Amino acid sequence: MSERTFKYVGTRPIRHDGVDKVTGRANYGADLSLPDMLHGVLVRSPYAHARIVAIDTTAAEALPGVKAVITGKDIPETRAKLPLGEGAIDLHDVSDNMIARRKVLYEGHTVAAVAATTLDIARQAASLINVTYERLEPVLSIDRAIAPDASILHEDMRTKGVPNASKPSNIAMRMEGKRGDVDRGFAEADVVIEREVRTPTVHQGYIEPHACVARFGEDGRAIVWCTTQGPFAVRDQCAAILGMDAAHVKVIPSEIGGGFGGKIVVYLEPLALALARNAQRPVKMVMNRDEVFRATGPTSATKIRVKLGAKRDGTFVAASASLYYEAGAYRGSPAGAGMMCALAPYRIPNFFLEAFDVVVNKPKVAAYRAPGSPMVSFAVESVVDEIARELKLDPIDVRIRNAAVEGDLAPYGPAYGPIGLKTMLEQAREHPHWKAPLGPNQGRGVACGFWFNAGMNSSATVTLNMDGSAAVVTGNPDIGGTRAAQALMVAEELSIPVERVRPGVGDTDSSGMTDLTGGSRVCYATGMAVIGAAQDVREQLRARAAKTWNVNVDAVRWDGGFAIPPEHTANAQPLGVAELAAKMAHTGGPIVGRASLYAPMAGPGFGVHICDLEVDPETGQSRVVRYTAFQDVGKAVHPSYVEGQMQGGVAQGIGWALNEEYIYNADGVMENPGFLDYRMPVASDLPMIETVIVEVANPLHPYGVRGVGEVPIVPPLGAVANAMRDVTGIRFTELPLSPPRVLAAITERNRETVGV
Amino acid sequence: MSKLHIEAVINGETREFLCDAHETLLSALRNGVGLTGTKEGCATGDCGACSVIFDGRLVPSCLVLAPEAQGRTITTVEGLAPSGEGAVLHPLQQKFLEHAALQCGICTPGFVVAAKALLDANPSPTEEQARYWLAGNLCRCTGYDKIIRAVLDAAEEMSGAVGAPTL
Repeated sequence: MSERTFKYVGTRPIRHDGVDKVTGRANYGADLSLPDMLHGVLVRSPYAHARIVAIDTTAAEALPGVKAVITGKDIPETRAKLPLGEGAIDLHDVSDNMIARRKVLYEGHTVAAVAATTLDIARQAASLINVTYERLEPVLSIDRAIAPDASILHEDMRTKGVPNASKPSNIAMRMEGKRGDVDRGFAEADVVIEREVRTPTVHQGYIEPHACVARFGEDGRAIVWCTTQGPFAVRDQCAAILGMDAAHVKVIPSEIGGGFGGKIVVYLEPLALALARNAQRPVKMVMNRDEVFRATGPTSATKIRVKLGAKRDGTFVAASASLYYEAGAYRGSPAGAGMMCALAPYRIPNFFLEAFDVVVNKPKVAAYRAPGSPMVSFAVESVVDEIARELKLDPIDVRIRNAAVEGDLAPYGPAYGPIGLKTMLEQAREHPHWKAPLGPNQGRGVACGFWFNAGMNSSATVTLNMDGSAAVVTGNPDIGGTRAAQALMVAEELSIPVERVRPGVGDTDSSGMTDLTGGSRVCYATGMAVIGAAQDVREQLRARAAKTWNVNVDAVRWDGGFAIPPEHTANAQPLGVAELAAKMAHTGGPIVGRASLYAPMAGPGFGVHICDLEVDPETGQSRVVRYTAFQDVGKAVHPSYVEGQMQGGVAQGIGWALNEEYIYNADGVMENPGFLDYRMPVASDLPMIETVIVEVANPLHPYGVRGVGEVPIVPPLGAVANAMRDVTGIRFTELPLSPPRVLAAITERNRETVGV
Repeated sequence: MSKLHIEAVINGETREFLCDAHETLLSALRNGVGLTGTKEGCATGDCGACSVIFDGRLVPSCLVLAPEAQGRTITTVEGLAPSGEGAVLHPLQQKFLEHAALQCGICTPGFVVAAKALLDANPSPTEEQARYWLAGNLCRCTGYDKIIRAVLDAAEEMSGAVGAPTL
């Protein structure tokens, strides 16, 4: 536990950007308009897999009001790669995903873009663009993609990680992880359980569609206003895709209406820039919901087989797993991350894991909150539940017996530092929820979850004002309260009230380079930069005090917001921040603190969730009636927003478990691209979500912060499915647990029971 | 095709705007009147981000045609907080802040407007009533827990403290 006592960190001030957001004043992606602005729309493929034979734009270009039309030929292909988020981004694929050149690889793939004086004219022009396609077999599932006679998406794709792979394949990569002797491990096991599970394609479901405005000057310099998790990522992608100098692109992030990983890769911005360059007028582009579903970031559908062996007392001795993750149209699913997360909560001496990255004719997947972890957690936690049932052991006891603790080697390599998993499991076992009686048609499930959390690049600037207030600027768009957290850190370091700190989100010109808002990294990595910048201010204040007293700076102490003079200094009284700030012009000028850092690692995050589910046996409809989430967050800087992250992750996970899925027809056309039919949880679907914050300090962060946003979406899939098993006696191996699927299984079970 | 001239009372003021016959009220509010607090999340009436109060009735403004606003009274999120000197927030807005009932904030205008319509119709809703009334508003960040608490807390404050200051 962290020993430091805090004055501001851990309190719950009203967030600094809150009033603007409850009054409608805050400006999001689609809220900006510029004088003389054009409206851009996209032409999208109606086919899931086809060769582009010809694109005729003549009629569209002839339409009055149309100012620019572009196709894939207008954007040169690039081979550049960009380190971004949790892995390098292949800009060739990002660019080809943004606008197709030779082939369309999913329904909704962009083939052309139009800018016109009004949205109506732009839409009309788009409808006049005539694309000739040669249709190919759509590859819509992992099983089909890996079949020997499957249609190939990319003729140049050879399976990485397989020696001498010479033939084109839809398997982009094979990865492997192992420890010990898995065969001997299974031979020692008293019980072995094996299951194969499937999870569907699901979307991040942010409520704000992608939107941007781009302006291109005659001098070749450009400005992009957009909704994004990473303004620097957008800048660098735009510059590389369009062959520009990064210094010639400025990205100004708007407020962002949710991202969850889906607003990192560019879909619109380079196209808006290209249209603006050709038309020499600003261009605004806003997606509609249908486009967001069809053509932006879902996460992988998966097929995962897990085998787990245990001794009679519940000790795990061996595990094996094979993970197939759909990448969508281009390589790069989170299969590797899934593999590394699979067994992370447990100490297992012998294991063998393999993971496959598989391309299919669906939109290219984007990051989604703990990318890759929830699906494999569903598989593993289902099998752990079966082990407990088979051995007639309490499912929490089994997990406690095997829980990873400090010093254990993580399956992905390093030894864990201090982690709170076992503590949380013990707390869960003693929690009233675990002991509460269940009602009729109710069952209870428990599951653990893991996510690495990320570090990466961050910068921060803290400016002290002459009145003793302060401003902090970083390059991280604020999705869930990070401004408030950063203000708390500055308040803590400078001992000034948190209300006197103004936290801001800078653009790419006015803030130091900072990686995206994602990976649960803002409070952790950018937080360290903010703390560093505030400490830089403090050091400068000590120096100013030393100068005032004409003493050596090393002799000046800092205590509780005051510079303390050395003993026996003549005419010297402690000087506070406000006094020192007021005199800054006479003691050396402005006081600006800065810090930049690269955090190579973060503090691993674990969660333990308990779910009570009630199932209507006549309709198959189920409902979460009670839910408790435990999470080791290291240190909760603003506990309300930590709880909020946990509750939000739980809700998304419940949606994934119970209802959400992409539904495709045989041609690969998405049939439910709207919120009516892609069923995300609404207020009447959920109970209050109880949160238990556990704080095992992360030694890598000065306050112990671990990062919180991603872990809570991991356990719900398993917790809900295990609760469903508890109610119905049925082990479901395919999500979502939607009413038709549950009803069919209950009907089948009843038929078997009565022996019809 | 020439535009239609529409006059409506929006947030207590008579406002004029031009719109196309097929334009939605949402588009007219955002682009014609310049009130961008009302958000578009889906344009199909499923997410509630564009909720406004239209002659006393809660509607998704993406499903109302702009010309239908002629002569009507409309309240948007910008009209909830009393304006002018010593302006304070509406109790719902204040409770959303106190309960941390927003994360990204894109759904917040729709929730605040929908919650106001709820409390206009039912000043003391139960948790279940609040959850079903607000089931037409999607939030992807919060899991609704803190939103429901904020609404119930605002209801209690508004019904319990007649004439008391709202801050």
